[in-house]
Amino acid sequence: MGAVLYVPCDAAALAVGADRVAETLAEELHSRNVDAQIVRNGSRGMHWLEPLVEVETEQGRIAYGPVKPSDVAGLLDAGLLDGGDHTLCHGLTGEMPYLKRQTRLTFSRCGITDPLSLEHYEKHHGFLGLKRALEMTPAQIVQDVTDSGLRGRGGAGFPTGIKWNTVLKTPGEQKYIVCNADEGDSGTFSDRMILEGDPFVLIEGMTIAGIATGATKGYIYTRSEYPHAVAIMRDAIKIARDAGILGSSVMGSAHAFDMEVRVGAGAYICGEETSLLNSLEGKRGVVRAKPPLPAIEGLFGCPTVVNNVMSLASVPIIMDRGPRFYRDYGVGHSHGTIPIQLTGNIRNSGLFETAFGLTLNELIYDIGGGTLSGRPVKAVQVGGPLGAYFPPSLFDTIFDYEAFTARKGMIGHAGIVVFDDTTDMLRQARFAMEFCAIESCGKCTPCRIGSVRGVEVLDRIAKGDQPEQQVELLTDLCDTMKMGSLCALGGFVPYPVMSSVTHFPQDFHVKPLTDAAE
Amino acid sequence: MALQTHSQETEKETAAIIDVHEHQEGPLLPILHDVQERFGYVPGNALLQIADRLNLSRAEVHGAMSFYHDFRKEPAGRHVLKVCRAEACQSMGGEKLADDIQRGLGIRWHETTPDGKVTLEPVYCLGLCSCAPAAMMDGNLYGRLDDDAVLKLVEEVK
Repeated sequence: MGAVLYVPCDAAALAVGADRVAETLAEELHSRNVDAQIVRNGSRGMHWLEPLVEVETEQGRIAYGPVKPSDVAGLLDAGLLDGGDHTLCHGLTGEMPYLKRQTRLTFSRCGITDPLSLEHYEKHHGFLGLKRALEMTPAQIVQDVTDSGLRGRGGAGFPTGIKWNTVLKTPGEQKYIVCNADEGDSGTFSDRMILEGDPFVLIEGMTIAGIATGATKGYIYTRSEYPHAVAIMRDAIKIARDAGILGSSVMGSAHAFDMEVRVGAGAYICGEETSLLNSLEGKRGVVRAKPPLPAIEGLFGCPTVVNNVMSLASVPIIMDRGPRFYRDYGVGHSHGTIPIQLTGNIRNSGLFETAFGLTLNELIYDIGGGTLSGRPVKAVQVGGPLGAYFPPSLFDTIFDYEAFTARKGMIGHAGIVVFDDTTDMLRQARFAMEFCAIESCGKCTPCRIGSVRGVEVLDRIAKGDQPEQQVELLTDLCDTMKMGSLCALGGFVPYPVMSSVTHFPQDFHVKPLTDAAE
Repeated sequence: MALQTHSQETEKETAAIIDVHEHQEGPLLPILHDVQERFGYVPGNALLQIADRLNLSRAEVHGAMSFYHDFRKEPAGRHVLKVCRAEACQSMGGEKLADDIQRGLGIRWHETTPDGKVTLEPVYCLGLCSCAPAAMMDGNLYGRLDDDAVLKLVEEVK
């Protein structure tokens, strides 16, 4: 049998030329008359090394990267097919420190398999969770998910099992599983990596959720900015349907479950669950007041589970290995693993799945290798555009829901964006308000008007127009937005703004505030 | 704005798109996406046709359509360049890149070059935060960009 080579089809790899590398590789192999197969896998998550080419050897897979099309001929000359040495060679992929330090549960297959190969999926423990779930009662499945300690990975951290239990207990002829794949936070891409790199795990997780709650229909709501993810996910659903995994009889059982992908249209707010439901129904993506909870009155007024991709993709391994196995990872009330995304101005950018509990220091310096620019870190923003900016003095914070809340921050979708010392925090605060103004759904006044006023106030500070008074005004405005907004957009945008003012007063031309964020 | 001519051909194609989605739950967004994919924008008369077939008011369809940044009332340029303006790209010089692109093309956000070649749109995250700054042109992705690379992209297309 010929050699097997891997070139990722993940969007991050494509953005830096993976398709051209794969094409060049195919041409070179053809012209050299070599019998070899190129598998388009997901990404391993070491994005600073993309395109990362791997070759299968007797010892295991060997990694080369970042590979440019112009490197291909030289790599083949150096014996790429046998894992030959080269300046781009990193040795055995599994032994690379960045991967070795991780605990890959949700991402156990991502980057290893061909995303659309059912055979690969099953060979790597695929569908074991679903098979076990099919032998259990819905209440037992819900109990296992509850016992695992899994909390919503979209940002809110609500216990997944409790949500499922509400849907299970609420009577309804039709129930839905809605997967929130509207991953709009800057600094995050873990959902996208699963959609593109291991779509069957999401299909398996959603099917288990359906069986557990009595829902027969699932929707994956994702973004128009993710065209590759949409295409792969749609193909995967068709493959699963043709294989009898989805449909009127899930794997030959009495359960019915099917799903489809729906694409948003460029509105950040649709990542908020009630706005997402309105969008799925074909309406303006305006936030709904809660209650009623979506679990009781969700999509088309029916009981609906709305879970993030990461939450649903973590379910198969919980069902396969049991709740204790999952629960034993983590710290405090944050159980299991969290796929942390290291992004922005950082050397080792990518995805790092680990048990809760590492400090920001470890993540940014030991694992991330510090800034890419080589300059000192000024701040990191954790949790997307609504997350707080932390200065290096807070880098001893551990990655855990409660530890971040205690320091007026949030984990959100676990994205970390690193900024170096050239960053002007006033501009970042202004951007947060500007973004909120652009993306506000307009339903509640604090968010709709407050964000516009916020931009104006920050512009006056930038001009040096009575900065002390303006900061007081800004603090008051942020308080109003925090307390009076209907959802997390208006309610959380004060976090990046006030954390900037609190931790970087010099950028706002004012003296340090005393606990101004409250 | 001048009245758009809604030829029989356009009407037939819109009808065919509605036929495909009409029986789905919440068919409006999938229909709008397909109409825009086909025509490059959502023609005013197509909007009326959609409203009629889905038994919605014109205001409801217009309201939904105008809520979302993606849908256009008028055609875009031959190519659409979306440049990420979100935080991760900012941390890697995305703001300067965006300014330079606007200067290089001689247009601002949401505008089209006078020759009708490129429409420039801001985008708030392409999920390429680990290879920032990033952009997307006509569905193709580009990461680790600098000014030269983006302007070269624009030069390369017709």
